[in-house]
Amino acid sequence: MENISLSLFRGALYGKLSTIYLESSASGTSFALLLACNQFEPCETVYLEPRKQMCGIVGLLIKPKPLRKQLGRLMVPMFNSMGARGPDSGGCAFFHEPTPASQRRISLLVSDRAYDWPSFEAGLRSTFSETGDTASQLESTENHAVLTTTISPAEIQAWLSAEEPALRVLSVGRSIEVFKDIGHPSEIAERYHFSEVSASHCVGHTRMATESAVTPEHSHPFTAGEDFCLVHNGSLSNPYMLRRKLEREGLKFETDNDTEAACRYLQWRMQQGEDLSIALEHAFEELDGFYTLLMATEDRLSLVRDAFACKPAVVAETDDYVAISSEYRSLAHLPDADQAEIFEPQPEEIYSWAV
Amino acid sequence: MGSVMQTVKLDLQDQTVREVNQFLHDLGPSEGIEQVEILHPQGNHSIAVGMDADVEILIRGHAGYFAAGMNKQARVTITGNVGWSVAENIMSGSVRVKGNASQSAAASGHGGLVVIEGNASNRCGISMKGVDIVVGGSVGHLSGFMAQAGRMVVCGDADPGLGDSLYEAVFYVGGEIRGLGADAREEPMTDADFASVRSLLEHADLKHPLEKFKRVASARTLYHWNTDAQQEY
Repeated sequence: MENISLSLFRGALYGKLSTIYLESSASGTSFALLLACNQFEPCETVYLEPRKQMCGIVGLLIKPKPLRKQLGRLMVPMFNSMGARGPDSGGCAFFHEPTPASQRRISLLVSDRAYDWPSFEAGLRSTFSETGDTASQLESTENHAVLTTTISPAEIQAWLSAEEPALRVLSVGRSIEVFKDIGHPSEIAERYHFSEVSASHCVGHTRMATESAVTPEHSHPFTAGEDFCLVHNGSLSNPYMLRRKLEREGLKFETDNDTEAACRYLQWRMQQGEDLSIALEHAFEELDGFYTLLMATEDRLSLVRDAFACKPAVVAETDDYVAISSEYRSLAHLPDADQAEIFEPQPEEIYSWAV
Repeated sequence: MGSVMQTVKLDLQDQTVREVNQFLHDLGPSEGIEQVEILHPQGNHSIAVGMDADVEILIRGHAGYFAAGMNKQARVTITGNVGWSVAENIMSGSVRVKGNASQSAAASGHGGLVVIEGNASNRCGISMKGVDIVVGGSVGHLSGFMAQAGRMVVCGDADPGLGDSLYEAVFYVGGEIRGLGADAREEPMTDADFASVRSLLEHADLKHPLEKFKRVASARTLYHWNTDAQQEY
């Protein structure tokens, strides 16, 4: 398609070109060339959409507890509007009240939309009933499910590998739940009923893939360890170097995506006992490339941009919420957004908000 | 017969940006429209781009990317904040932002005046080619990168990398300069410089003590290739 457009463009240039009008489109840094040319009857409009690294990020943290049931309703327009920056896939991590210390929430993904979750649940129960598990609960929506269980994540993972290899674990933790899939973000939000979600904070991403495949697994958010996730707008130039370094440390990767490398890198540092801000100071030295990174743990939302700050981010904060997006237009609908304190994060500065 | 001052209100809740811009592009001198108010910009991109008419445009609220880009003649005011590249490639006329501006304000502007009453973010005035810029607050890093001509007055501070690889543009900074880019240097203020700053502040309707301003211009050491430098600049 792009080649056809280009040859039309060249044809227009060599033909009787009357006007070329460079127009900035509503999708940010991409642009369209509008050609009005005598050669074509009637005037032809040729759109050239160069492959720019776009992607959109959104984050929302609701401060007063009673308002948290509105999180989903408020985040969906943010997420849908950033679909213009990243139309090929999307995802969101929601953080809920933590489960009791003995339980974990495990988010699961399978490619088959008609997957038989009841028999999955029956299989799980029959396997683990001998170990005394009676409390496991499964909530499924099409190809996603969240399992709340006292069985250890390692045991679940071992059982999945043996019995249900088609299933992927998207997240593990006491608070986190992750949904991600391919397709336009607005379809994804509707499919998994994002607007009904009640949570303290969330981190979402709308993807325009530039460096690895478009699959649910390659979509953001990425998770590592427990109750940690990351979304990324930009591109890293040294993900394989990071990856080799981490693989030597025994870490396992699930995709060839650059963001997964950043996510596992940060979680690996935190595992060594560093807190996220120290890990990020090291990341500024070790990550090469362009990035706006938005991260969440069970009790914090954190945001950084690389030294050149080429990838956008806007923060709007009121007494009720902290809202983060790639562009202000996806925050404009929020209550009192025009009265909010609005700012852009500085390069290589760490911004962090406690829940 | 004297012309009647006519104001038209357009609401982006009822019309698309494309429709509003088409209306603005169709404005001719015969209509007698002197002011257009644009309501509910809601952070939309590309509002009032490509103007070429002697009218006043008032955008009430926060605008998105490319607001008033490629402006000729028009006097555009945005009452809120703006996203990336406000007044990009401005040729003439004026663009005023009452709030803050995101990156690349007045990028590659050839002429006219751009006033940011609040702060301007990174790369303000990048590759400016003759535009005058007045910023009431501070500017972000790498502002005035490769600036070729024109003047930029910053009442507040300038983040690191100010004027990296600049040509003949001149900057006046009223606050702290947190770092100069390659080949940018501070120079003494002459009477002509003080007169420039006074006149630009007057045009911008902003006030700042004149004696605070420092002049930054090109040391012109990058104008010619120097083999001895080993590309270490």
